[in-house]
Order: sequence, then structure tokens, then C-alpha cells
Amino acid sequence: MGFGDYFISALFLQAGYNSALVAIGAGLLGLSAGSAGAFIFLRKRALVSDAISHATLPGVGLAFIIMVAFGSDGRWLPGLILGSAISSAIGLLMVEWITRKTRLTEDAAIGAVLSVFFGFGIVLLTVIQTMSSGRQAGLENFLLGSTAGMLISEATTIAVAGAMAAGFVFLLRRPMTLVAFDPEYAATTGVNVRNIDLAMMGLALIVTVIGLKIVGLILIVALLIIPPVAARFWTNQVGKMIGIAAVIGGLSGYVGAVLSAAHAALPTGPIIVLVAFGFFMISALFSPLRGGLASALRHQRFQRRVHRRQGLLSLARREPIYDGLTIRILRRAGMIRADGVATARGRIAAEKAAHDEARWAMARRMLPDDSAIERYDGLTPIERMMTPDQIAEIDRMIHNAQTTQGAKA
Amino acid sequence: MSSAKLVAESGKILDVASKDAPLTVRGLTVSYGNKPAVFSVDASIPAGSMTAIIGPNGAGKSTFLKGALGVVPSLSGEVRIFGKLFEDARDRVAYVPQRASVDWDFPARVIDVVLMGLYGSVGLFRLWRARHREQAMECLKRVGMADFADRQIGQLSGGQQQRVFLARALAQNAEFYLLDEPFAGVDAATERAIVSVLKELKSEGRTVVCVHHDLSTVAEYFDRVLLINVRRIAEGPVETTFTAENLQETYGGRLAATHIDELHLA
Repeated sequence: MGFGDYFISALFLQAGYNSALVAIGAGLLGLSAGSAGAFIFLRKRALVSDAISHATLPGVGLAFIIMVAFGSDGRWLPGLILGSAISSAIGLLMVEWITRKTRLTEDAAIGAVLSVFFGFGIVLLTVIQTMSSGRQAGLENFLLGSTAGMLISEATTIAVAGAMAAGFVFLLRRPMTLVAFDPEYAATTGVNVRNIDLAMMGLALIVTVIGLKIVGLILIVALLIIPPVAARFWTNQVGKMIGIAAVIGGLSGYVGAVLSAAHAALPTGPIIVLVAFGFFMISALFSPLRGGLASALRHQRFQRRVHRRQGLLSLARREPIYDGLTIRILRRAGMIRADGVATARGRIAAEKAAHDEARWAMARRMLPDDSAIERYDGLTPIERMMTPDQIAEIDRMIHNAQTTQGAKA
Repeated sequence: MSSAKLVAESGKILDVASKDAPLTVRGLTVSYGNKPAVFSVDASIPAGSMTAIIGPNGAGKSTFLKGALGVVPSLSGEVRIFGKLFEDARDRVAYVPQRASVDWDFPARVIDVVLMGLYGSVGLFRLWRARHREQAMECLKRVGMADFADRQIGQLSGGQQQRVFLARALAQNAEFYLLDEPFAGVDAATERAIVSVLKELKSEGRTVVCVHHDLSTVAEYFDRVLLINVRRIAEGPVETTFTAENLQETYGGRLAATHIDELHLA
């Protein structure tokens, strides 16, 4: 069976019970990472989660050594997870403590904690390599993740913990939204900002330690941050953004795990991250809301409308038009002839534009506080933004102004 | 003269006169590092009043407000809100932070920000109902922003952002409103809208406190002033307290005498 066939069958969970469970576990891990990561991204604390993940390594090493010292198999996953959780919690609290108690900024604290913990962890791994029981430990797989030879019990643990973390995110969504947007206001409404921040980082910690086996500690931050960043392109509402981030994270985990299982030499973590990056690229380019293509198109359309309007107003004032783009746009719309003289159609449109402009000018004087004035983009016809009554009143005022001017003359 | 005696004296007055005043502060000191931003400030805000907190830049006006509400930790001092600790009177208070204190590119629409003012009454788990949306829309109407309900907040002007923040506070339906520089950098339409809402609140018997920096509008908008420059300089009704002498003391050399003359003070 070729790679492609295997991938297709694995994608639909036909490639055996074990790999199906691994894929589901990776999917639920991605789901919890995407939704928890959404709040970390909004709170602008992506780097803290990087410190948390690197601080897991000494815990993994120490847990292994302790378990071996007590005569058991050092590779027991719940034990390693517990060890990594303890050491990354210490790392997190140290970042917090350094930021609060010294004059160092958070990024300096993150840099210090991250590198020291990671360095210590690498030393421990090297020591373990020299132990007789350490050679086959495969602890280096925790760096980049590997699903090869994963036990069913391990996949189940990851799936259950991932689902629980996603549930916590849902429960805490309101206080976390409030703290991410406006912590000072949140504090006055009775939200304990420090506890919510700790809960947020605690969720990142949980995602990190259960993701060690699949994604690995170096890249888990990518699974926390890429899905919400991609989701941000699709929506302006925080609730929807969390949902989309969860889906992107879940799909990345699922598809990435299947891809890497289909080819034993592919490391799981990097593949999952690359799949997530694919979603990011699609979002950044093609989202109709904030994607690059749609923004460029909208900008171009707006520019053309501005030129058209300026050209028509120039025609109404019988001024010559010099701008090349304006001339091209008016020509294409059949408003002017090749020699720059307005056509019948052009004259009607110019008169209409001038009339609209005059109405807006009067409206700004009469109703300076009206919300239509605030929302006016300089192009939309007044009929679409004000009521017929308001426009009738504006026309009456314009008429009055003209007659008094006429009387003066 | 011992300052301890002064504190005790004013403390005694507070106890008698303003048992349930919206805000009584005694000896509040807040410091960033080892430099006090607010030093031993006493204040008493009577119910139904509209007070401007005035002082030069960096004089601790905003810090005083944040310290009183426990947003920043205080070194010493006692704060009572309606005679109680703030934790026990929270639902009677609404705070409007400076609009520059948040990132307006946050994924939220105008209506979502106003709904945040209802988090307290809706609770952590229940979902939004039509009734909450109506309540939020009502608050947006009061600040003239109902037509903007579905706008992304990043598309608002500074004045519109300020009105959204005020609408969020209105949604809390509080008795006591504390606003941090609500008129800073806003357009004339916004200033009119905010002033009329604040006067409405006052006419309903609610209490309003604003950190304010435009001396020329103090007498028009407010009935009391609290002059602060790290220490409390003076507090009382505009007519008797907003005087050239007190302003000179508050601003030191930073306020030109001609500027004070232009205010036409008593």
C-alpha cells in the first residue's frame, strides 16, 4: 500500500485502531491548544507559553531518573507528564516572580528562564544516555514529538486531558475575555485578574505537558499560537475566533498525526505545525474579512470610487481633469469623450454628485452630532444614510440659503 | 504642626458627616517603586455630586482613582464605598478606564464591549438572551452609538471609543460612576454627548467623579472639585474651592497667571 492510499485510509480512520486513536488524540490536543491559545494570543503572552514548554524538559529528565531509581520503567507517561508539569509550573512562577519583584521586564525573565531550564534539561538527558537503562528511553522524542510506538493508554490519556482542557476554556471564556481586553476594568467588576492569568497559563501548561509526546516541547508553542492567529483573519468576534481556532488546531493535529503515521520517518510535531501553517497561509491570503487578497481588492475598489467621485465633481465645476487614473475610469464608464469633454451621461452623473456633495455639506452644518455624519465615508449617497424627512429638511435649508444669496446679489 | 493630628481631625469629620458617602478615602498612599504617586490623600465624595479631580500631569489623579478602586495596590490608607469595603459594594460602582489603556484591535464589536458591562449580572455560565442585547442597545442609544452596534471596535474614532466605554459602564446600572479622563482627545460631539449623559446620571441621583484636565470647563460641567498634586490640595464646591489661589498651589509654576485670569474665578 502506497503512502497516498495509506494516508487516505488513515484520514478516515480505516488504518487500524491504534493509529485512529493517535489521530483522535492529536486532534483533541489541537482543539484544546487552539482554544486555550486564543486567549494567550489575545493577552499577548505567547512568549510566556514558550518559556513554559521549554521548562518542561528538566521535569521529564528528573521524573525518568526518579522512576528508574525506584526500580520501575522510566518511560511511564503519566509519571513523565507529572514531572514536566511540576518543573514548568516552577518555570512559570519564576517568570512571574522575576517580573514582579525585580526591575527586569517580562521578555528578559522569559529569556533567562527558558534557556536555563532547557539547558539543564539537555544536561539531564545526556546523563540519562549514559545510564544503562537510559539508552532505549527515547526521551529525545519529547523534543519534537513522535507517535511511533505510542500506547493506546497514552493516546487515551492525551485525548481525555485535551477534551477537559477545552472544556475549561469554555467555562472560563467570559472572565478570560474581559481580562484579555481590559484588565483594569475587569478588576473593578470583581474578576481576580491574577488568578485568571494563572488559570490561562495553567491551561497552556496542561496543553504543553499532554502535547509533549505528540508535538514535542520545542514546537508546542506553535500549536498554541498559529491557530488563533489564523482564526483572527476570519472574524471580529472573540467567541467565534475561539471556535475557529479550536477547529483549526484540531484539524492540524488530526491531519498532521495521520500524515506522520503514514510515513514512519516523518516527525509528528513538525508535520502538525506545518499543517497548521498551511491553514495560516490560507487564512492570511483568502479570508474575505481580513485576508490579504480581499483587503487589496477592497482598497482598490475604494480608490476607484474616490477617483470617480473626484472626477465627476471636477466635471460639475467644469475644471479640467489631469489624473490619468481618473480619466481612464470616467472614460470606461462612458462619462467623458476621448477629448475630455463630458458626455450627456457624464453631465447627469456629475450634477448628481455635486447635488449630493451640497446636501452633505449642509447636513454637516445642520446635524453635526448625527451618527450618519460620523459614519460618512465621503462617497455614499445621502439617501442611503439619512431618512427622507431629514433630506427634505436639508433641501429646504439649501433652497433658503440660495434665495437669500440671490436676494443679496 | 503635626500632620497626624490633621488626619485624625478630618477622619472624625468623615465619620460623622458621611457615613454612607459613595466614596470616603483616608490617608491613601500609592507608590510605583519607592516614589509615591499619591501621598496620604483624604477625600469624601457626597452622594449625588459631580466631582472633577484636577491636577497637573503626573500628579496622581488617575492613580488616586485606581488606588481607591483597588486596581493598583495601595501602600496605606482606608477606602470605603458607601460605607463598605469595595469588595462588598462592587455592584454599585462602575469604572470607565482611559480608552488608551486597551488594544482596540481586539476581536469585538461595539455591542460585545457593552455586553461586558452585563457580565456581572449574567454570571459565568448563562448565555446571552434578547433581553441583554436590548439592554446593551439602550445604553448605546444613550451615548448616540446605536447605529454602530455591529461595528468592529478597531474602526471607531477616539471619541466613539470613549462613548462605547461609557455605554459599557451604563450597562452596569451603578449608583456611582468613576471616569478616568473621559474628555481627553475627544471631538466636540462626543464631549457634548458625554456631558449630557453625566448630567442625566446626576439628575437621577447618581454620583459622578471624573479625572479632568480642561480647567476651562470645570465650572460648567461639575459642582465639586478635588485638587491633587500627589497630596490633596483642596476639596469642596466649585464656587469656594476652584479658586486662583488653590489652582496656583496645585499647579505650582506650571500654570501661567494669564491662564488663571482667563478662567474668571472668584
